[in-house]
This record gives sequence, structure tokens and C-alpha cells, in this order.
Amino acid sequence: MSDSSVLYRKRMRTNRAALVLSLVAMAIGMGFLAWILVVLLYKGFGALSLTLFTQPTPAPGSEGGLSNAILGSLMMVGTATFIATPIGILAGVYLSEFGRRGWLAPATRFINDILLSAPSIVIGVFIYAVYVAQVQHFSGWAGSMALTLIAIPVVVRTTENMLNLVPATLREAATALGAPRWKVVLHVVLRSAQAGVLTGILLAVARVSGETAPLLFTALNNQFTSFDLNGPMANLPVVIFQFAMSPYENWNSLAWGGAIIITFGVLCLNIVVRTLFRKKI
Amino acid sequence: MSSHSSVLGSGGALEIGEAGLAGAATGVRPPSPPRDRMQAQRFQDALFHQVTRFFAFSVLAILVAILGALLYGAWPALKEFGAGFPFSADWNPVTDKFGGLISVYGTLSTSFIALFVAIPVSFGIALFLTELCPPSLRGPLGIAVELLAAVPSIIYGMWGLFVFAPLFADYVQPLLSATLGNIPFIGGLFQGPKNGIGILSAGLILSVMVIPFIASVMRDVFEVVPGILKESAYGLGATTWEVVWNVVLPYTRVGVIGGVMLGLGRALGETMAVTFVIGNAHRISPSLYEAGNSIASTLANEFAEASSDLHVSSLIALGLILFFVTFVVLALSKILLMRLGRLEGEKT
Repeated sequence: MSDSSVLYRKRMRTNRAALVLSLVAMAIGMGFLAWILVVLLYKGFGALSLTLFTQPTPAPGSEGGLSNAILGSLMMVGTATFIATPIGILAGVYLSEFGRRGWLAPATRFINDILLSAPSIVIGVFIYAVYVAQVQHFSGWAGSMALTLIAIPVVVRTTENMLNLVPATLREAATALGAPRWKVVLHVVLRSAQAGVLTGILLAVARVSGETAPLLFTALNNQFTSFDLNGPMANLPVVIFQFAMSPYENWNSLAWGGAIIITFGVLCLNIVVRTLFRKKI
Repeated sequence: MSSHSSVLGSGGALEIGEAGLAGAATGVRPPSPPRDRMQAQRFQDALFHQVTRFFAFSVLAILVAILGALLYGAWPALKEFGAGFPFSADWNPVTDKFGGLISVYGTLSTSFIALFVAIPVSFGIALFLTELCPPSLRGPLGIAVELLAAVPSIIYGMWGLFVFAPLFADYVQPLLSATLGNIPFIGGLFQGPKNGIGILSAGLILSVMVIPFIASVMRDVFEVVPGILKESAYGLGATTWEVVWNVVLPYTRVGVIGGVMLGLGRALGETMAVTFVIGNAHRISPSLYEAGNSIASTLANEFAEASSDLHVSSLIALGLILFFVTFVVLALSKILLMRLGRLEGEKT
């Protein structure tokens, strides 16, 4: 039957072509990741040195590092994490433990998932409108607030997912022993999901530490080392942005150095979190 | 754990038991009155419930506050320029005339280029991860795809401007001009200055950035297809491609569209990468090679330096448009994905 063998061969050809194309698509994806990482290593490795961590940002043409930007980033990301963690965990607890009835839990879940992907620059505009414009100056607090708003949905989402993984029998056992509800949640459920909740916090840190857009007009930038969250504050992403766009060669090189620090920090956090908690996030 | 107060009665009893034992052993601590303890516990539980409820509510409040503040901030501009604001191509800080058309056009065109490229590639990646990949590689490759989403957007911008754009200008743009550029009607899109930055480059870099989002949603929804459906098709002699195209894809269509919408939502709001490569010129031109501006890049460039109140207000109005559009797109994506989830819930 030549007809059917022609059809058979055609189907096989289509199949093979499709599978090869899918392999190519995967290769494209991996190729871009590798390309970006290689470029970062190639351009940024030369800029890595001890002075990067010890010297503040220089004037064009002179020697310097990124210490003030690193410090500012650490302070703002730290503050944001510190504020977002309790809010996110408690909201996540509500969704998973009390969220079976009523309208609030489904609505919160829905909105939280949207905030998770909402444009971060709009969060910056929001903080500018409600805080920066009112106090009339840029500040590290404003930057921290913007980052907090970005971190909260990440913590809420992972906390709820992780608490849902805790077997119901554990809750029932604790309740049967006479523990009040809040003790069951705080001492049994949260404790057994401890590692998972920590994962969510780390993911939130990874997410906010690379955010540039919301800091552009909240924390702005600062040439000098500053511990004052109430004034403009240097931070790695914005410094990278300004230095990369500048015509000065030493600034460009510092930008690549900063880029390599941020990217590998964020990627390491992600790899650790995702290999430890595969399938659960 | 649907009812949280029904089992509290036993709590008091147990506490007495404990206290009684302790009392017997040491002979000092009298048992505390059970009624008080129960009341206290009930109060603590209610308090805990309300506290968590408050924080869940605060997530909703954030959204309402963002919308409210943006609307309030944008009000002067909307009042001045009226409902035509998104459709006016004016943008002149000197004469205080503002309109959103250029930025809206830049946002939409870059996002659609991104989707146009990212959808087939993401589909290929999801197909590879679910059907072709050896199981031992599935985990690491899945993580690698997700890492593409974890790279900060400013890094994409630097890579795009300093590495991608020069190569794009030297090799790809002339090629596209010579081939696609000669087709009637759409040819004009691929003519113009070949310097590597502009709408097309921004769209392509965006596509790399949204691929991981679309691909991981597609992979996740492909995995919910019941094995028995696929096995039946294989049993009838279907090839892998036929199974994916005729069984998996129709079954997961809603979820796939949801994934694409999620990618669109991401692409619309992406800021830093676009700001680096779009060229930041306030004009609309028929060529995709020309520089333009998206809503996000306009905000990133002008917000900190905006001088007049009307300028700030117009920028906030752009932010409001962006937020509203992404909200609708993301809400749609979520609804579609929830529908697929429900479908799966009914089946199992």
C-alpha cells in the first residue's frame, strides 16, 4: 500500500521536524542564558577586586568601588525583608489556615497573584506619590517601602503553598492534644513548614535585590556612603544603571562589576532554593 | 481544618490534667480555673484569627491604595487633557502639552513583538521538557529555564545595549531589510537606521525575558494532562507530535492562553531592559528600527527630573494606564488558569 506508506512517512517527517524544532527552542533558551552569563563573566571579572567592596563610588576618571551602593542595597533590601516577612507570613497563614470560607481569602489570593506580576515601576510611582512627594525628598525609606510592596506577594504566595503541604493530621493531632488554634499554627504548622517559609523569604530577597525601576525615583542615588535611611541612598541597581549609561570607561567597568555581583548573588539564591524545594514552589 | 473553634473544649481539660500532675508532684501549684483559661484561649484564638485576617486584608488594601493614589495623582492631567490623553501624540514638557499615544504605542508594539517570538519558542521548550527530555535532565533544565526569569532586568538591558545591539545591527538588521524589507506593506517595518536599538531590539530582548514565564506555565499545564489520554493516543499509533498537537494542546488550551497572558503582563510592565535599548525618542515612526519609548521607559527616564506639576501628573497618568492594562491582562490570565485548575479538579 504505497498510499499509506507515503502518509506514514509524511507523519514521521512532521514528527521529526517538530521534535527537532523543540530541541532547537530549548537550545535557544539555554543559549541565551549561557550567552548572558559568559558576557557577564567576561566583562565583569576584570572589574572584580577588593576595592570594589571597600571604596565608595568615584568621580569620573578616578579610582573607586561600589561600597556605598552595596551598603545601601543591603540596608534597603534588609529593611524591606524585615517588614515584608511578618506581613507576608501572617497573610499566608490566613489564606491557608482560615481561608476555606468567606470572600476575603479567594479575593486576596487573586489580587496577590496579580501584584506578584504587577509592573514594579508602577510601585515606584505609587511610593513617590504617597510618600516622596509628601515629604519632599528622596529617601532610603521610600526605597525600602517600594521593595517591601514587591516582596510581600512573594512571601504570601510561598507561605500559603508551603503551609498547604503540611499534613492535616499534624494539625488534628495538635488540636486533639488540646492546643489552641494559634499555638497549633505557630508552633506546629509553621514550625514544620519552617524551611519552606524561609525559602519564600529568600526568593523575595532574590526578587527585590535586582529591582531597579522602583528605586529610580524613591531612593534615587547618593555619591557618598550614607547610613541614613531618611536621605537619598546609593544602591547597586541604580548605580549600575547610571554607570552603564555613562560615557566614562571606569564607570562602565564598575557597572559590569556590580552586575556580576548582583546576578550571581541572585542566581545562587535561586539555585539553592529551587534545588532544595523542587516541585513545591 | 475547616472549623477552628469546635475542639477547644478539650483544651481546658488537658491543661487541668497537666497542672494537676504538676501539683501532685511538687505540691505547690494549684490548678488554674478551667473556665478562665478557656475564655482566655478563645479570646487568643479570635485575636490570632483577626490579626492574620487583617494582614490578608492589607494585601487587598495595597491594590486599592495603588489605584487610588495613581488616580489622584493623574487627575490634573486627565482633567487637562481629557479622555483623549491616551490617544494624543503630544509630549512636550516645554509647552506643557502631554499625551500618551507614543508611549502606549511603544509598550504595545514591543510587547507584541515579544509574544510573537516567545510563544513558539516557549511552546518548543515546554514540549521538550515534558515529552522529549530524559527524566534525569528534566529538573536541572527546568531550573535553568527559570533562572532566565531570575536574571535581573537591568542585566538584560546592559547585555542588550552593549552586546546584543551591535551584533544585531551588523548582522541581523541588514539581513531582515534585504529579505522581509522587500515585501509589500510590511516591508517598511524593516527599513531604517541600522544601529541596533529601537522598537524591534527592545521587543526581541523582551521576548527572551518572557520566555521563561510562558514556558514554565506551559510545562506545568502540559503536566496535568491525564496520562491515560496520552497513552490512548499513543496506543492508537499517534506520533509524539500528534499527541501534543491533537491531545495535549486542546486539553490545556485555556491554560496555555493563560500562560501567554501572564507573559504579556510581564512584557507590558518591563522597564529597565526596554529603557536601555528602545532608544528613548518621543516619536512614532513606521519603522521598527526607529527609536521609540514605552510607558515604563518614559517613566524611568523622566520621572525623577519632571519639572512642572502637569508633567508629573501626566507621567502618573501613564503609570495608571500601564497598571490598569496589566491588571486586566493578568486578571484574565489568572481566571483562565483557574478554569484549567477547576477542570482538572473535576476530572480527578
